[in-house]
Amino acid sequence: MVSIDFLVSFVPLFPLLGFLFVAFNTKRFTEGFTAVVACGSVLASFIASLSLFIHLVSTDGVRSIDVALFTWISAGDFTTSISFLIDPLSSLMLLIITGVGFLIHVYSIGYMHDDPGFNRFFSYLNLFVFFMLLLVMGDNYLVMFIGWEGVGLCSYLLIGFWFKNQAYNDAANKAFIMNRIGDLGMLLGIILIFINFGSIQYAEVFSNATNANTSTLTLITILLFIGAMGKSAQIPLYTWLPDAMAGPTPVSALIHAATMVTAGVYMVARNNLLYALSPIAMELIVIVGLATALFAATIALTQNDIKKVLAYSTVSQLGLMFLALGLGAFTGGIFHMATHAFFKALLFLGAGSVIHALHHEQDIRKMGGLRKHLPVTYLTFLIGVLAISGIPPFAGFFSKDEILASAFAHNKIVWAIALLASMLTVFYMFRLLFLTFFGNPRASHDSISHIHESPQSITMPLIALAVLSAIGGFMGIPEALGGSHWLGEFLSPVFAASQPLLEEHHLSHSTEYILMAAVVVLTAMIIGYAYSRYVTKKHLPASEGQITNPAQRILYHKYYIDEIYDLLIVKPVYWISEQFYSVVEKSGIDRLVNFSGRSVESGSKLARLLQNGSLGYYIFAMVIGIALLLGFAGRY
Amino acid sequence: MINSIPINYYIWLSATLFTIGVLGVLYRRNAIIIFMCIELMLNAVNLLMVAFSSYLNDASGQVFVFFIMAVAAAEVAVGLAILVLMYRNTKTIDINVLNRLKW
Repeated sequence: MVSIDFLVSFVPLFPLLGFLFVAFNTKRFTEGFTAVVACGSVLASFIASLSLFIHLVSTDGVRSIDVALFTWISAGDFTTSISFLIDPLSSLMLLIITGVGFLIHVYSIGYMHDDPGFNRFFSYLNLFVFFMLLLVMGDNYLVMFIGWEGVGLCSYLLIGFWFKNQAYNDAANKAFIMNRIGDLGMLLGIILIFINFGSIQYAEVFSNATNANTSTLTLITILLFIGAMGKSAQIPLYTWLPDAMAGPTPVSALIHAATMVTAGVYMVARNNLLYALSPIAMELIVIVGLATALFAATIALTQNDIKKVLAYSTVSQLGLMFLALGLGAFTGGIFHMATHAFFKALLFLGAGSVIHALHHEQDIRKMGGLRKHLPVTYLTFLIGVLAISGIPPFAGFFSKDEILASAFAHNKIVWAIALLASMLTVFYMFRLLFLTFFGNPRASHDSISHIHESPQSITMPLIALAVLSAIGGFMGIPEALGGSHWLGEFLSPVFAASQPLLEEHHLSHSTEYILMAAVVVLTAMIIGYAYSRYVTKKHLPASEGQITNPAQRILYHKYYIDEIYDLLIVKPVYWISEQFYSVVEKSGIDRLVNFSGRSVESGSKLARLLQNGSLGYYIFAMVIGIALLLGFAGRY
Repeated sequence: MINSIPINYYIWLSATLFTIGVLGVLYRRNAIIIFMCIELMLNAVNLLMVAFSSYLNDASGQVFVFFIMAVAAAEVAVGLAILVLMYRNTKTIDINVLNRLKW
């Protein structure tokens, strides 16, 4: 029997060892060996997480394990250690990260096959899993922050994985810089926490939180939320996520759908007590989340790149999660995060399978009719679409319903907007499904004849994720449907302290039934509309030049947000840099440096006149010198 | 007999000789003459040493003179060799020709 403490440290250790092992042997290992090492390390980590989870579930009483590995920094009053906290929240995150992470690792074997950077890719993936585990396992803000920065680094490395394409490098830079803005807020928040609480341990901060002054807490929570905005792609820092689709598709699935982007959701849920104590920050989260959910959903309506649609859908779903957190429905947010990890990873991997089969074609206008050629991909993708659309009994139904119910209880307008966003989601997801898999093939005849279903390493993870997307919702069946909401029960210790602070909204079961029925009927109507538009009438999205409807044009260009940022921020920064270059650098620093050089030069020009080469002059100088010396010597 | 000549005379004579040597070094351009002027200065010092040695009845001054004469002989040998080489290279012994050792 391995002791629990060992088990906890094993979880992040395996991916780290996997990373080091592969990274130092990228030139030596064969693809097969690297795949075994990388997948094996994540699988080992998954098994360790699973046994921790089972341990937690079977423990009565206090469900949390705190393991301090070693003291990291000790300076004056400040000490911090590398220590891990395993409680229901982090345990759930561990299962998602290592479980979905393992499936995506397996998928990558098939997807990245024959890529020259195969070994490098797997070393980055393992490093990412390590940092992500650090992020969720840390029992203090500093360990979380290391993980937070580490996943940002891996995201950068993997977005720019095919670094020979300059556009991909630009996307990687954009992601990194956007995240940096958020991380600055995060760091300031952590510093403020240390100043006010004198500690960065979660336990100590939370136990003193109720004594803290509300305005300070509001400032801290808003700063932390700015970090979450960057990492989890919320307005106004969301534009990096759609561009991040430049990375290989497994990366989009793992980092930019299932795990890293949900770090912000995890962080807010972890600090639920601080947020519950600052209503203003909660209001801000509701507004930002709701705005992002609607905004991104509208953009997704008109995109034609299969991965871009999914990316905007991710932004929108993240908005819904933040909406739930802001409403105080922390369980709902985490629940949706978990189910979203399943079905969005599935959708991305399915999209990857399509892209793989069509030899890197991503435009849905050039797909169509793939149902017959890619049956496994089609079926699993269909399950993913049903799950994200909230068709019962698939996973998304339960989690989305929980968010909508808490929105309804909180405020009818919030509910209406959230409902609109989720109905838009239904429409664009079915639009994607119909355009990709239904109708007549629009790909070139040549590529149609070469289409074949992806290899098993790709289809097996798809099937596993499809099963999870189908049944994942059963971990949180609401009481209204005769369930006991196991997940809410499981997570309750984490949110126990904050629950009394929040207003209780209870809906009667009959209201819940009406809401569910309304949502399902609306969803069915929208699916029917999408079917008639894209399958029966064979409507095809117009290409860029042919869009006449101004509203559609604005959506197609993503509200021109990138252009606006370019105009408001990028251009002025370039302009300021240009000014610094021409004024400060050229006529300031350069001049100063040149001046010091020139003054030494002109000084030496004077001094070298002494060395005129005339012997008589030297002798004269010598005689004068001796006479002076003797004269001085004689005086004393 | 020598004691009948006052010490002042010796001092004046050697000071005069030394000054002639210094001025010769400063003003002449012929290397051999400069060389001879240096010897003149050395000998002016020698003369002074010997005079004081006799005046003070102390032999150590005369020992110094022998040292100086030995060193001067060696110096002459080296100096003349330099002059010969200089003449071979430049066909002149004018020191103003030796002005290339500058920046």
